[in-house]
Amino acid sequence: MADKQQQVVVKRARHKSSVKDPGTPGVLKLTKDRFTFMPNDPSSPVKHNVEFRTIKGHKFTKDGTKQALLNLTQDQGGNYIFEFENFPDRNVCKDFVASAIALSGEAGRTVPEKSAVPIQDEQLSAAEMERRIKLLQEDSDLQKLHKQFVIGGILSEAEFWATRKKLLEQNYSRRPKQRVALKNDMWSTKPLADGQIFAEKPAVRQAYLNFVPNKMTEKEFWTKYSRAEYLHSTKNVIAAAAEAAEDEELAVFLKQDDMLVNEARKKIRQVDPTLDMEADEGDDYMHLPIQDHGLPRNDNKDVLDSQYEPYRRSFSQHLNQHAAVVLQGRVIDVELGDTRSVAEALARTKHAELAKDASDVYLDKERLERISRMTEIEDLQAPRDPAVAPLSIKDPRDYFDSQQANAFSTLGDTVSGAKQLKCSVSTREAYCSLKECISEIKFQGLTEPTINSEVAFKVLNGLAQNISSNKYHLGRNPNESVLDSLPKITREELLLHWSSIQELLKHFWSSYPITTKYLLTKATKLKDAMSQIYPKLQEIKESVQSDLRHQVSLLVQPMLQALDAAFAHYDADVQNRSARSGERPNGF
Amino acid sequence: MSPPVPSKILTDDVSLLMVLIDTNPHFWSSIKPHFSFSKFLSHVLAFLNSILLLNQLNQVVVLATGINSCGYVFDSSSGSVSQRAESLLPKLEEFAENDESLSERDDDSGNGVGSSLLSGSLSMALCYIQRVFRSGPLHPQPRILCLHGSPDGPGQYVAIMNSIFSAQRSMVPIDSCVIGIQHSAFLQQASYITGGVYLKPQQLDGLFQYLATVFATDLHSRNFLRLPKPVGVDFRASCFCHKNTIDMGFICSVCLSIFCKHQKKCSTCGSTFGQAKTLDPSASQQR
Repeated sequence: MADKQQQVVVKRARHKSSVKDPGTPGVLKLTKDRFTFMPNDPSSPVKHNVEFRTIKGHKFTKDGTKQALLNLTQDQGGNYIFEFENFPDRNVCKDFVASAIALSGEAGRTVPEKSAVPIQDEQLSAAEMERRIKLLQEDSDLQKLHKQFVIGGILSEAEFWATRKKLLEQNYSRRPKQRVALKNDMWSTKPLADGQIFAEKPAVRQAYLNFVPNKMTEKEFWTKYSRAEYLHSTKNVIAAAAEAAEDEELAVFLKQDDMLVNEARKKIRQVDPTLDMEADEGDDYMHLPIQDHGLPRNDNKDVLDSQYEPYRRSFSQHLNQHAAVVLQGRVIDVELGDTRSVAEALARTKHAELAKDASDVYLDKERLERISRMTEIEDLQAPRDPAVAPLSIKDPRDYFDSQQANAFSTLGDTVSGAKQLKCSVSTREAYCSLKECISEIKFQGLTEPTINSEVAFKVLNGLAQNISSNKYHLGRNPNESVLDSLPKITREELLLHWSSIQELLKHFWSSYPITTKYLLTKATKLKDAMSQIYPKLQEIKESVQSDLRHQVSLLVQPMLQALDAAFAHYDADVQNRSARSGERPNGF
Repeated sequence: MSPPVPSKILTDDVSLLMVLIDTNPHFWSSIKPHFSFSKFLSHVLAFLNSILLLNQLNQVVVLATGINSCGYVFDSSSGSVSQRAESLLPKLEEFAENDESLSERDDDSGNGVGSSLLSGSLSMALCYIQRVFRSGPLHPQPRILCLHGSPDGPGQYVAIMNSIFSAQRSMVPIDSCVIGIQHSAFLQQASYITGGVYLKPQQLDGLFQYLATVFATDLHSRNFLRLPKPVGVDFRASCFCHKNTIDMGFICSVCLSIFCKHQKKCSTCGSTFGQAKTLDPSASQQR
């Protein structure tokens, strides 16, 4: 990428209509908003003058291939293919084109937005405006809210963004782009040109650099490597040791990777010691029946001689290292064809890292300081807070079940609550009948049979049905939510109303206590907006199907309650205000 | 019968069942056309016999819940085997007499069904269970079964909640079988908090089947049996000042007592409350 922003790029190029076409030679001139191509031969019809606004993307061939091509694609399917004399030229143009497209894309999109944004009172920097517009573009829900309230005139821009400062700041810092990871090919035996084996096993890389081409050819090297891998796969440690004793180059592959060990040690040292990594039962890897992350540990812990120890290879170690490398992605950006140069490049980067760490004395000092701060002297501390009783986490399904009954009681009378027991008998008579019943049994004995068989059968059926139907009740399936079971339109409406109510209520409650006229008008406007939403909620409740009605009511009820509370507060406040001011308009 | 010999190993399905029978005469006379007390008793007695048949070491204790008093009516671990059924009924009669004598004479007008003393019988059951706990390391697993029909008395709210929490702490589940017309909020809470089963049978003439299917299960078997769960629990509380059932009120932040109206001072712990901001109920009400 060019170091300074270039305004104009001029390069010799050939314009081709297709890849095979030899093309017309000419000069390609790139500026920020357009590119022009003028053929060397003035009589040729191939002249282009295209704005970057119409260019949607660009493609290019890899460096090192036969042709250095740059293909600019348009929205409607047209494209412009340019061939350059060499790759550096092409790359310069490519980067310029990329930035030009990005710029024109933004400009194109911001133009219609600018007209939608109303005139503001506050002085905003261009950066701030850009940030807001970007946020609105990214989040469609936010955009909807913005359109509804700010453009509808209920809230002003300043108020809308006042509560979203954090969002704006967050968006400002660019998030690191995801990098492409390496292909996850653990078990391919072919040495890959992108150097994955070298990335994973630094000892192999070192061996390669040392042995090839001095001691053996590349083919021999990989043969020995495959032999080593084969030996490892048989898990025959003794055989591995035997072969290693014979062939010293093979031994390099079979022994443990010291460089890996050093790297791991360095990484551990870099971990912040002030991290509170409390060990709990979940960390107890020693006593789990299945160890090594789900792989059964071979229990043949034959006490092998210590000479065989270096030849042991643990699968989990291999897995960890592989995962670390895959996630790290491509360390070297350049596409190299030669194995040797890959190895060298990797070695270079590792050395660079090492050098950087070694020279970072300052980091070390800072770490030590932090450690000393954290290890406090215990007996100089203030008494700790009284121990809190541990949380008892209940099964969330219980909560769902129990809330249903609350809904029943709030939405309507309990089914049988309306019936009141009427006892029109005096106390004495009541006791008499009770005693009579007791003596009845005394003399007659228990009824035979105690229970009618049909009745018993019915009861059993009813119980069984009850128990099995509870299985399909709400809240049983953690993946399913009430919202998903609603029809799409209702769901969207509910969510929209919910977010608008949240926004309105937030501003409404924050404007109390009302001290200025501005707050009064604001509160009135908000209240009017809320009272418009209220009947819509009622409608939703009534319009939905009968089997979903209960769940929808459960969802809508708290919204209505919140609105009711706001209205009640508003009315009470208005009354107080008018009472205090002493004015009584006619009729009240 | 001699107490169990310590050398006997109690298997994990031995239970001590405390049955609390509701003997509120007003309730029983009001429910007379559907279900009579004698039918009820016959179902319950058959059930008690089957419990005792399930395991030789099972114990059953029956308490009667009246409107003025509560009392033990039957204890399977006292007296000989042959005397069981015979001793229950006379004792029950005696209890009813006693209860009647305790009621005030001039309360002749029937003004609705009053509540029975559930809190009293729960406490008595828990005391018996505590005694069993202290009798030694070998004891059956206790649980409480409430056969209740009278409506909840909000005045007993505090006492019942205290018994529920004490049962929860001793890990004694409270099962409830509600034979009345309406659900009982207290018993729902009791079963929910202590981990028992709450059931309101749809058909009262099949009561024995309900009892045998659901409530005869011992605590060990409940780990792998699926028993009916109620649809929900009514968690409404009563206020401490008027004993009305409320669902929105004021709570003292020191002792968690519940009041229906704003008060200057908590009547339970004596802490003074701060000034309420406005008289607007929506602003200062807390759950």
